[in-house]
Amino acid sequence: MTQDPETYSALGEVGAFQERRTLWTRIKLDLKKSPMTARFGMSVILIYAIVAIFAPLLAPYGEAEVFPVPYAPWSSEFIFGTDQIGRDIFSRMIYGARNTVGIAVATTLLAFLIGGGLGLAAAINRSWLDQFLSRTVDVLMAIPSLIFALVLLSVFGSTVINLIIIIAVLDSTRVFRLTRAVAINVVVMDYVEAARLRGEGIGWIMRREILPNIMPPLVAEFGLRFCFVFLAIAALSFLGVGIQPPTADWGSMVRENASLIQFAQYDLKAGLTPLLPASAIALLTVAVNFVVDWFLHKTSGIRDE
Amino acid sequence: MTDKFVKQQQSLLMRGLIDRRQFMTSALAAGVAVPAALGLATQAFAATPKKGGMMRFGMGHGSTTDTLDPATYENAWSSIVGYTFSNHLTEVGPNGQLRPELAESYEASADAATWRFKIRSGVEFHNGKTLTPQDVVDSFNHHRGEDSTSAAKGLLTAVNEISIDGDTVVFALADGNADFPFIVSDYHFSIRPSNGDGTMDWGSGIGTGAFVIDSFEPGVAAKFTKFPNYWKEGAGHADSIEILSLIDVTARQNAAMNGDVDIIDRVDPKTVNLMERVPNLNVQENTGTLHYTFPMRLDVAPFDNYDLRMALKYAVKRQELVDKILLGHGALGNDHPISTANPYHNGDLPQREFDADKAAFHYKKSGHSGAIQLSAADAAFAGAVDAAQLIANSAAEAGINVEVVREPSDGYWSNVWNKKGWCACYWGGRPTEDWMFSAAYTNDTEWNDTAWKGTDSSARFNELVQAARKELDTSKRREQYYEAQALVNDDGGALVPMFANYISAVNKRIGQPEEMAANWDLDGAKAAERWWVEG
Amino acid sequence: MHAVFRTVLERLGLGLATLFIVSIIIFSAIEMLPGDFGEAVLGQAATKETVAAFRRELGLDEPAYMRYAQWIGNVVQGDLGTSFSGRNASGIDRSRPVVDLIAPRLWNTLFLASMTAIIAVPIALALGITSALYRNSIYDRTVNTATLTTISFPEFFVAYILILLLASLWPVFPSLANVDAATPLAERMFKAALPAMTLTLVIVAHMMRMTRAAIINLLASPYIQMARLSGASQTEVIIKHALPNAWAPIATVITFNLAYLVVGVVVVEVVFVYPGVGQLMVDAVTSRDIPVVQGCALIFAMTYILLNLTADIIGIITNPRLLHPK
Repeated sequence: MTQDPETYSALGEVGAFQERRTLWTRIKLDLKKSPMTARFGMSVILIYAIVAIFAPLLAPYGEAEVFPVPYAPWSSEFIFGTDQIGRDIFSRMIYGARNTVGIAVATTLLAFLIGGGLGLAAAINRSWLDQFLSRTVDVLMAIPSLIFALVLLSVFGSTVINLIIIIAVLDSTRVFRLTRAVAINVVVMDYVEAARLRGEGIGWIMRREILPNIMPPLVAEFGLRFCFVFLAIAALSFLGVGIQPPTADWGSMVRENASLIQFAQYDLKAGLTPLLPASAIALLTVAVNFVVDWFLHKTSGIRDE
Repeated sequence: MTDKFVKQQQSLLMRGLIDRRQFMTSALAAGVAVPAALGLATQAFAATPKKGGMMRFGMGHGSTTDTLDPATYENAWSSIVGYTFSNHLTEVGPNGQLRPELAESYEASADAATWRFKIRSGVEFHNGKTLTPQDVVDSFNHHRGEDSTSAAKGLLTAVNEISIDGDTVVFALADGNADFPFIVSDYHFSIRPSNGDGTMDWGSGIGTGAFVIDSFEPGVAAKFTKFPNYWKEGAGHADSIEILSLIDVTARQNAAMNGDVDIIDRVDPKTVNLMERVPNLNVQENTGTLHYTFPMRLDVAPFDNYDLRMALKYAVKRQELVDKILLGHGALGNDHPISTANPYHNGDLPQREFDADKAAFHYKKSGHSGAIQLSAADAAFAGAVDAAQLIANSAAEAGINVEVVREPSDGYWSNVWNKKGWCACYWGGRPTEDWMFSAAYTNDTEWNDTAWKGTDSSARFNELVQAARKELDTSKRREQYYEAQALVNDDGGALVPMFANYISAVNKRIGQPEEMAANWDLDGAKAAERWWVEG
Repeated sequence: MHAVFRTVLERLGLGLATLFIVSIIIFSAIEMLPGDFGEAVLGQAATKETVAAFRRELGLDEPAYMRYAQWIGNVVQGDLGTSFSGRNASGIDRSRPVVDLIAPRLWNTLFLASMTAIIAVPIALALGITSALYRNSIYDRTVNTATLTTISFPEFFVAYILILLLASLWPVFPSLANVDAATPLAERMFKAALPAMTLTLVIVAHMMRMTRAAIINLLASPYIQMARLSGASQTEVIIKHALPNAWAPIATVITFNLAYLVVGVVVVEVVFVYPGVGQLMVDAVTSRDIPVVQGCALIFAMTYILLNLTADIIGIITNPRLLHPK
């Protein structure tokens, strides 16, 4: 069945109204209506992005540049002092944004690409492919992921690329399950069936019919998954694998200075040092999830008040 | 200087030669603050052991694969457990002098090649059995023989025969060894009951020590209660002992600060200053023979190249490492393992320092190119990964590309150390030159972590060590050891940038004798039987 | 009830297959790691002959598939084998059976997991329901921010902060959780308090957010609108109408977190020196002690499969359409 552009289409008529507002104006409208928390979240994400992209320009010193004085106090020269071997903590925080956030974004996106794609395919196919993928995922999920990651990193070597791929693959199992679970309910809907009868390709159906309808739970999951990647990296660095020095990442920076926290009662500033990278992670997590909450609220269709 | 003076005053006070006020006056004159001086006075009076109580250790070592087999002992947790429930033929006393333990006395033949140890009578094992010379023989044979995989096998290769002569055990050595009685005090040579078939019973955990094992859970804890029939006078004061394995340095320090354990070893130098402010703890430093090394293995390319080794030795800023990794709690190393605490430390050897030009010169001569990997994990010593990064940093100044590889802490000693070409390591030093060299540098030891074999210098080194071993003339011996140190410093694979103080933290409720052994951390690892609980 | 019964049977069958494949994957992964147990234990001190002797003794000289076949053969008969460590090349075998090694630690792990679950699950449900009830209020935002902050701190850091607060500054709990088989229950709970609190902070956020999301998701559905129009109060709507239908997703996320409590707490075990299975498995992996690694992996996989099954059964029981199929 082919569509004749000359015939009347409801989509065309409705679409005509929508087209009058450009994408940009619609975004502006949405932003204007957004709650405080979402605005806060978006500004934090924007700032992090800027810091991450322009890290070498913003950082006063190099990532691995060593100065003679370790544990220098907070001063105008070293804003947050220097770390245990005399590197500027402020600069490492800035580079940490680039490395940590970069790795977390790449890993989460990859995980959603693999897990989401396969999950959709499984939901649409519902036969041997579904069986095969679901059983594989069952097996992978039954293996403790931290220890499995530890073994795989030891086998393949602890490089950044391997780290991203391994965590992404292990994480994608969770995404797969979620995607498949919500997509199965959507796949049986009449509009999907209609599109199929219309003769639309499987890719088109996935993109245009199913994906928009399963977005909300996936986005909610994204918000948390993103944060779990930081934690996975930090846990791996606790066990001695993970990002190789001297690359600055927040998880390892917390790890390196964590022992100082126990002395907070004797020296407050020293105790605060490990809180800096930890708060950087926390702030980003809260910000991302505020935006996610707003998105969920918008798409949930609840009309409160 | 101050310390020595105060110590002297403390001992005068103890012996009643001065009164408390006099002591206080002199301590204050020496610059000790009032509360501290009061503390010192109490400490001096407290030096009479009290009976009873529980003493808990938190050690920065231990793994679930540890066993009671002394042949496999490789860490401080195992060795302190061993010293707590078993004895050895000899022991290093608090003053650093060797004294007999399960041997009542010992004597050597004129050429130092035959050693006779008279075994103490009436010593009882925890199972009620009486110690016999046969137990001693079987305990030593456990480490010998072709099939033996004992870590201490190398120390006994010179032993030809062990025989029994009445109540005496006779060791016949292939060659003279003036230090042999020192060697039998090693923590591997724990004396256990014989099985009666020429083998030693290590699995039951029965010894002759001050404390009986109640439970032994590798990687977690070992618990002990006092052995009522312990033969040694004035030792083993507490009622019970717990030795915990607390690998995580933060957890270990927290446990000590919160009073969950009484004694911890391996305090992180970077938090020593903060630790000293904790009111219930005494932080103790012990300048001994502990040194941090970066062994380069000669059997792994490119470290088989003399110039490359030399280039790396010149590419290390030793003072920076002492300042930043030890925060000053230590001394410079000179690429050989002999400390100033050893009798024959070679002070004439010029201190090797960072020299970018020389490093670059040797590096160019070696013809090597590309990155050189340096493996490190904080399991080696606190700050090992940081130290490796500092080395990479200074090497870069000389145009050498060092790539730091952070290895997993678990299994570091079995998978990285003594395996990878270049890694971080530590050595709790040995009291004698011969022992240190034969533990890690001669060609017959299994712990030769630099694989320094086959070069002309190493051949000469092995000759020297063997000659010095039976040399009774001290000035000749000195010459031999001086040359041996120079050889390690020049051709050896060991990069020894620093000697670290042993830093431990002890709760103030624990009483300690005035004089303590320095051969190992925690009173020669014998704190369990030498220290006591005040209250 | 036959729907439940059939699901259980089907899942148990699939579970066995999963266990089998997991054991193959773990076995091959350990095989791929450099070095074997002989080398790991003897270290560089080992000569070629001693390593060879060790391998002969442990059967490591046989091809991998043979060793696997042997192992699985024994497992089918209920024998998990003995640990490599403690076997000595000098001839005396003092190794411990894998079951003896794992059992006490598994008991510790399960104890900590249940203690955490008893604290965390009610808190998460209460927070989730109330924040759905008062969504977008200050209360909701505070709960969200607080829980998000706690999960974004690495576990060991949460542990250190709790130790600082509750063991150093206000010494209420001990900072070490070194329990053993002889520890009486009350003392055991006291010692495990800080680890349990750490884990609670780590898992509450996930469960709470999913509870909240599942309930809010239902609030848009027509039958809830209907209930609202018929005059039911907000609380009534959520407790009586939304919650019963939200059990399936909530149960899924709860069981997921319970599984995490059993298999994923190695970091907390290290910090508090709690003798659980996680630490044992990490140690066994690094020493290439394959029988112990395999034993742990099987137990972990089994836990996961059983918990998953429970979640599915809850999903079926709470959904009449699934409970009474057409």
